[in-house]
Amino acid sequence: MGRYIIRRLLQAIPLLFIISIVLFVLMQNIGDPLATMGGRRPTRKEDRERLTRQLGLDKPVYVQYLYWLIGNDWTKVDLDGDGVAETQGRRKGVLRLDFGTSLIEKRPALTLIGERLPNTLLLMGAYELVVVIGALAVGIYSAVRQYSLTDHAITALSFIFYSMPIFFIAFLSMQIFALDFRRWGLPYFPTVGMFEPETGKTAGQVAWHMILPVASLALISLAGYSRYMRGSMLEVLNQDYIRTAKSKGLGRRYVLLVHALKNASLPIVTIVGLDLPTLLGGAIVTERIFAWPGMGRLFLDHVQRVDTPVVMAILMLVSVAVIIFQLLTDITYAWLDPRIRYD
Amino acid sequence: MSSEAATAIPQLKADELEAPPLTLRQLTWRRFRRHKMAMFGVAMLVLLFIYSFGGAFFVSEADANLTETAARLQPPSAAHPFGTDTVGRDILARTIYGGQISLIIGLTAMLVEVILGILIGAAAGYFGGWIDAVLMRFTEAVFVIPQIFLLIVMAKYFGGKVPNIELFGRTFSGSVVVVIVIIGATSWMYLARIVRAEFISLKEREFILAAKATGTPAVEVIFSHILPNCMAPIIVSATLAVAAAILAESYISFLGLGVQAPTATWGNMLDSAINYIDEGAWWYWGFPSLLILLAVLSINFLGDGLRDALDPHSRAV
Amino acid sequence: MDRPLLLEVNDLKTRFHTAEGTIYAVNGISYVLHEGETLAVVGESGCGKSVSVLSIMGLIPIPPGQIASGSAIYRSRDLLKMAEPEMEKVRGKEIAMVFQDPMTSLNPVLTIGKQITESLEKHMAMGHDVAVRRTVELLEWVGLPDPARRLGDYPHQFSGGMRQRVMIAMALACGPTLLIADEPTTALDVTIQAQIVELVIRLRQEVGMAMIWITHDLGVVAGLADRVIVMYAGFIVEEADVDSLYEDPRHPYTLALLAALPRVDRRRHQRLKSIQGAPPNLLVEPHGCPFAPRCERVIDRCRTENPSLQAVAPRHRIACWIDVQTGEPR
Repeated sequence: MGRYIIRRLLQAIPLLFIISIVLFVLMQNIGDPLATMGGRRPTRKEDRERLTRQLGLDKPVYVQYLYWLIGNDWTKVDLDGDGVAETQGRRKGVLRLDFGTSLIEKRPALTLIGERLPNTLLLMGAYELVVVIGALAVGIYSAVRQYSLTDHAITALSFIFYSMPIFFIAFLSMQIFALDFRRWGLPYFPTVGMFEPETGKTAGQVAWHMILPVASLALISLAGYSRYMRGSMLEVLNQDYIRTAKSKGLGRRYVLLVHALKNASLPIVTIVGLDLPTLLGGAIVTERIFAWPGMGRLFLDHVQRVDTPVVMAILMLVSVAVIIFQLLTDITYAWLDPRIRYD
Repeated sequence: MSSEAATAIPQLKADELEAPPLTLRQLTWRRFRRHKMAMFGVAMLVLLFIYSFGGAFFVSEADANLTETAARLQPPSAAHPFGTDTVGRDILARTIYGGQISLIIGLTAMLVEVILGILIGAAAGYFGGWIDAVLMRFTEAVFVIPQIFLLIVMAKYFGGKVPNIELFGRTFSGSVVVVIVIIGATSWMYLARIVRAEFISLKEREFILAAKATGTPAVEVIFSHILPNCMAPIIVSATLAVAAAILAESYISFLGLGVQAPTATWGNMLDSAINYIDEGAWWYWGFPSLLILLAVLSINFLGDGLRDALDPHSRAV
Repeated sequence: MDRPLLLEVNDLKTRFHTAEGTIYAVNGISYVLHEGETLAVVGESGCGKSVSVLSIMGLIPIPPGQIASGSAIYRSRDLLKMAEPEMEKVRGKEIAMVFQDPMTSLNPVLTIGKQITESLEKHMAMGHDVAVRRTVELLEWVGLPDPARRLGDYPHQFSGGMRQRVMIAMALACGPTLLIADEPTTALDVTIQAQIVELVIRLRQEVGMAMIWITHDLGVVAGLADRVIVMYAGFIVEEADVDSLYEDPRHPYTLALLAALPRVDRRRHQRLKSIQGAPPNLLVEPHGCPFAPRCERVIDRCRTENPSLQAVAPRHRIACWIDVQTGEPR
């Protein structure tokens, strides 16, 4: 198993290189970062040229990539445009965890991300909890009550929620639970941000503000995964070993929870583990709608303003996270299913 | 002496007691027809197409783009059954023309995706070796990054680079082509994996070895012999891909990076909805979103029915 | 053989309601079983032998299945009318089952130790450690090598024969009075089959439980059973002591089955005798003798009236309108 993990990690490295190259090339052409840097005053020609040299934007693409990867503190940069490189570079490169400085906020990219990441993680954590518990509960219930009216209703609802665009649920819940509740004099939910500025960033405030965004995100996935769980559970309940367990006179609940569940939830591990890309993508839209100060919003804002270092940093982090999660999923699956042994 | 039935019955031969076997096509159609949800999905889709394309006979594109700031953000009324948007345009008319684009984008993006997926998956599965290794590394690389991130970056990359198109006397924003291409280019990976798996399992079958032994060129083996045998998962995947493409387009248009003016889609009709939430203008985001929901829902029903009919062993949901 | 009556099945009828129609799986079978007796149920696939015992055990899924009529009296209680909690006390403890395919019949994600101790803990109220010790004893008893170490192993780590031994140990763990074995050797190699049959014979000698042994293999029946019932299309067509069945078969179907067995002493180049025609379509409500379409000795009456079981010799009944030896109606 240990060898398998190492092999997977080694395989991930060239993968990450390919990803970084593709993304870097893409980023070169998405716009001119300098265009948004000067504020209202149009930048003077000399300033533009100085900035260009300072940011290394005058170098060919592969050199820029090299600097991005391993920094330029081992070489000199020509800052004054006289053709002679005299200033020592100060970037250490991504391999030494220097993702550069944001072109917009003049602070290290990683710092910016570090500020926003916990907020997104909070949403993600709550989302996973709701989705996993919900999908298990609804899926098992549906499977056990197959063909009942409730089952059909749940199936229909699942299809509907599963087909909804996130913004529909988000706006709908805002309309009903924020606006209409307020109109009807009920305690209403907030629609913006993580906390009320007057009250401050308390746990209660954050939790209260989290409900609508998490619910919007989670409902869609829950609908899809509960159907998956139902299908998996039904398949398991039809297996011979369930019949054997019943023939031994074991109680219905025991058979369900001990014999069936362990088998039926194996696919859930895969789904949850591989759900990360969907989750991160959904987070972008949700954070935008609810003005949640997370990484998704950071990405969106900084792509718009062509802030290459921050955007590359986020993309690379996301890629690393996805790869690690894939690996964790495989390991967990192998740990749970005794039939699988990676050698 | 008891008996089950004392009445005389006509002599039955052994064969008559069994029902005649059905052809595969008949069996598939029977299974599909039994799937009430799928039939509902088909009906709904037909209605949506009639709405978007037939509706164009009743409402002109000029009507859809007619701004009337005095009538901005009005709730549904007799004059404007779906209400008006932030510059007074009739939402009903806009959803008709927006629907055309959304549906077309869904279908064409699916085509791009299917072609890419089949080509890459078939090449990887059939040729194996280093071709497979390289293609699969590439597939994995693109797969790892969540689609929306890629779409956002690529939309920015291509944004403004494709000029407007004149077609059928109407002007379409070049961003439509951009959106189709980038959605197709970021969705093919799943299909490629399926196709590759099918090819790997099929290429060792005897009828393929026979074709190869008689000197059939690789291209013909791939497209005439192997591919027709794995159509079932491809068809199911392609159907569901249309829904995914419609959703993807709606998301990036909603974020303001997708289809641009002057072309309307269900997604970009919502792009400033966030700013007007507090005014309670539910019709502004409600109708386009509802139409997206209906389209995606009916495609999902249809896809479910197709999967049951064509590929009953692959029950995932 | 004056052993007390253990199980009395009366006119059991089981049907399945499916989208294609109603499947008439079991159409009124009746038999009795005494304590310590071994009854073999023989018939081809689809004749209802498995469904009949699953019905008795209450393991038929109730929609789409339906026990249309009948009773199964076990120790003065009708199993078919028992409430589920009552049945749970009978299953595993008094009546146990062994199934055909030990690979799919054992839970792949639970250790075999767990799958045995859970029965002991539930039915015999054993504490965990006691149950574990007893499990080791049971595994040793069925001939599993190194049982203490293998308690923590999973089914896929055993060979087919070993798995079946585990299943037998699991079934006999709580000392049931009746063991129902549904084609337990069909999925195994021939040599392993013999080992399992030998094992069961030995266990039966030590414990003395009654058995219902379902099989389509007449060869296995001979060394194992006291009595045999032959089923076809959900009906019993012949019922006899095992010796009578082999020496003096009276039903055309039984004769055909026996004739179809390849024999070492036949002349070479002699064609194997198969039964003409196709298995019956269970979607049609049965009229007339179910074997009529394939019977070589069929007469008109067979097609219109279904014969009931009648005695032709002591403890030997058949459901047939003719006498196989003369070909004349009886």
